[in-house]
Amino acid sequence: MLTVKDLNAWYGRSHILQGIGLEIAAGEAVCMIGRNGAGKTTTLRSIMGLVQRRSGTVLFEGTDIIALPTHRRFAMGLAYVPEERRIVGGLSVLENIRLGLVASPNLKREGEIIDRVAETFPRLKERLSQQADTLSGGEQQMLAIARAMVSDPKLIMLDEPSEGIMPVLVDEMFELFARMKARGITILIVEQNVERALQLADRAYVVDQGEIVHSGDAKALLADREIQERYCSV
Amino acid sequence: MTVDLFLLQLFTGLALGSIFVLVALGLSLIFGLLTIVNFAHGQFFMLGAYVGAFVLGMTGNFWLSLIAVPLAVGAVGMLCERFLVRPLYGRGIDYPLLLTYGLGLILLETVRILAGTQGIPFNTPPVLSGAADLGFFFFPKYRLFLIAITAIILVALWLFLERTSYGLIIRAGARDQEIVQVLGVDVGRVWLVVFGVGVAIAGLAGVLAAPIRGVFPEMGVPVLVEAFVVTVVGGMGSLLGAVVAGLAVGVTVSFTSFFYPEMATLSMFLLMALVLVFRPRGLFGRAGLLG
Ligand SMILES: Nc1ncnc2c1ncn2[C@@H]1O[C@H](COP(=O)(O)OP(=O)(O)O)[C@@H](O)[C@H]1O
Ligand SMILES: [Mg+2]
Repeated sequence: MLTVKDLNAWYGRSHILQGIGLEIAAGEAVCMIGRNGAGKTTTLRSIMGLVQRRSGTVLFEGTDIIALPTHRRFAMGLAYVPEERRIVGGLSVLENIRLGLVASPNLKREGEIIDRVAETFPRLKERLSQQADTLSGGEQQMLAIARAMVSDPKLIMLDEPSEGIMPVLVDEMFELFARMKARGITILIVEQNVERALQLADRAYVVDQGEIVHSGDAKALLADREIQERYCSV
Repeated sequence: MTVDLFLLQLFTGLALGSIFVLVALGLSLIFGLLTIVNFAHGQFFMLGAYVGAFVLGMTGNFWLSLIAVPLAVGAVGMLCERFLVRPLYGRGIDYPLLLTYGLGLILLETVRILAGTQGIPFNTPPVLSGAADLGFFFFPKYRLFLIAITAIILVALWLFLERTSYGLIIRAGARDQEIVQVLGVDVGRVWLVVFGVGVAIAGLAGVLAAPIRGVFPEMGVPVLVEAFVVTVVGGMGSLLGAVVAGLAVGVTVSFTSFFYPEMATLSMFLLMALVLVFRPRGLFGRAGLLG
C-alpha cells in the first residue's frame, strides 16, 4: 500500500532524513521506533507532504505522491495524527470532529458518522459541545484520532499517541488500534512505548539519525533486548 | 450635556464607527488567516465608492450598486490574491506588505487616470435623505441606515463563520493552518475566498460611506489609517475586536468633535495609545497570531 524509497528531507540546511525506505502492505500495522530526534516525526510529516524540502519516492497504492500537496494526499486516503495532537482550541469537540469531515465525501453522511464516533469514543460523546481545549490530554488524543478517522482513511499514521497519557487511557487506546487493525485499516505508528507498539504491530522499523538501521518482525524485535537498548533508550 | 444631545452624539459615533468596523473587519480577517497586512485595503474602499458611483450613474439604483460593488471589488481582490499575493506566501511579512502598498498606489493612479483627479458626486438616495424622528431627537436617516446595514452584514458574516463548513475551515485555519491541510482542505482556495470577502467588505464600506464622505481618489488614504487604529485597538486578527474597537473609536471621535473639535482626529490615536499601554495585544488580541 505504501512504499517509501530513498526519502530525503531537510530542515533549512540540515539533512534530516538520509534515504529512508519503508514498505507497508494493506491491512498491516507497522511500527517505527527510535530515540528522540531520530527522524520519526520527520518521516511521517514527509509522507504527509508537510516538509518543504524533500526528495525520493513515496508510492501510495502505486501512485508517486512525493510532489502532491497535503490535501491531495488526504483525498487519496492518508490520515495523520500529529505528535502534538493539534486539537483546534476555540472550537468545540463536535466542531473538531466536523473539521475531519469538511473535505471528505463523508460530509454528506455527517449525522451517521457522528453517531459512529459517539459509539466508538464514549468519552467524547458526553463532551461534544464542550470546548476542545478543556479536554484532558487523553481525551484530546482520542479526539485527534476520531477526527482523523471520520473520513475513513485507508492508512492512518499515528505519532506517539500514548505520550503524556494516563495508563488506563493508553490501554483503551491500544485496544482501539487493535480493533481498527481488525477492521482492515492500515496503521503506521511511531511510539516511545516500544512494548505496546510492538505488541500491536506486525513489523517494525528502527530509525536512527535519519536512516533505517533495522527492520523485521515486530515480535522478534520485542524479544531482542539488545537492539531495543541500543536504539531506543532515551 | 442633555440626554438627547448625548444620544445624538452616541448615534453619530455609531454611524461613523460602522464604517470603521466594516473596513477593519476585512483587514482583520485577511490578517488573521493570511498573516498579510493589506496596505491596499483603503484603495479597495475607494474602488468600491467609484464602482458604486458608476453603477448608480448607469442605473440610478442605489440598491443595485450595493450588490454590484462587493461582487466587483471582491473579484478584483481575488485576481490580485491569485496572481500577485499568492507567489509571496511563506516569504516573510515584508514582501506582501510592499506588494500591497504598491498595489494600492497602482489602484489610486488608475482611478485618477480613468475618473479624473476631481471627486465625483454621490447623492444620498431619496428614501434615505432627511432626518428621522427618534423621539428624543432627529437623526439623519442615512446614518441610521448605515448602522442597520452594518448590523445586518455582521450577523450575516457571523452566520457564515459559525454555521457553515466554510466558516468552520476559516475559524480553524486562523488557529492552525497545517492541521486544516492535513484534514484535506486546499488552504490556497480558502485564502483566495478570504481575501476576496475581506476586500469586498471594504468595497461595500466605500459605497456606503460615499454619500457622507464623498467620492474622490484619495478617500481611501485616511480610511487605511483609521482601520489600522481600529485593528490595533481591537487586537490584530480578532473580528470581535474589530467590531468593538470600530464602534469605540467612532464614538470617541464623535464625542471629542463635540467637546474639542480640533482634537477629533487625534482622539483616536490617544485611545490607541491608552489601549496599548494597558493591553499591548489590543482588547481581544490573542497570543501567538504573529508568531
Ligand atoms: N522544524 C524543525 N526545524 C529544524 N529542525 C528540526 C525541525 N523539526 C525537527 N528537527 C530536527 O530534525 C531531527 C529529527 O526530528 P524528528 O523527526 O522530530 O525526530 P523524532 O520524531 O524521531 O524524535 C532532530 O534533530 C530535530 O532537531
Ligand atoms: Mg517525534
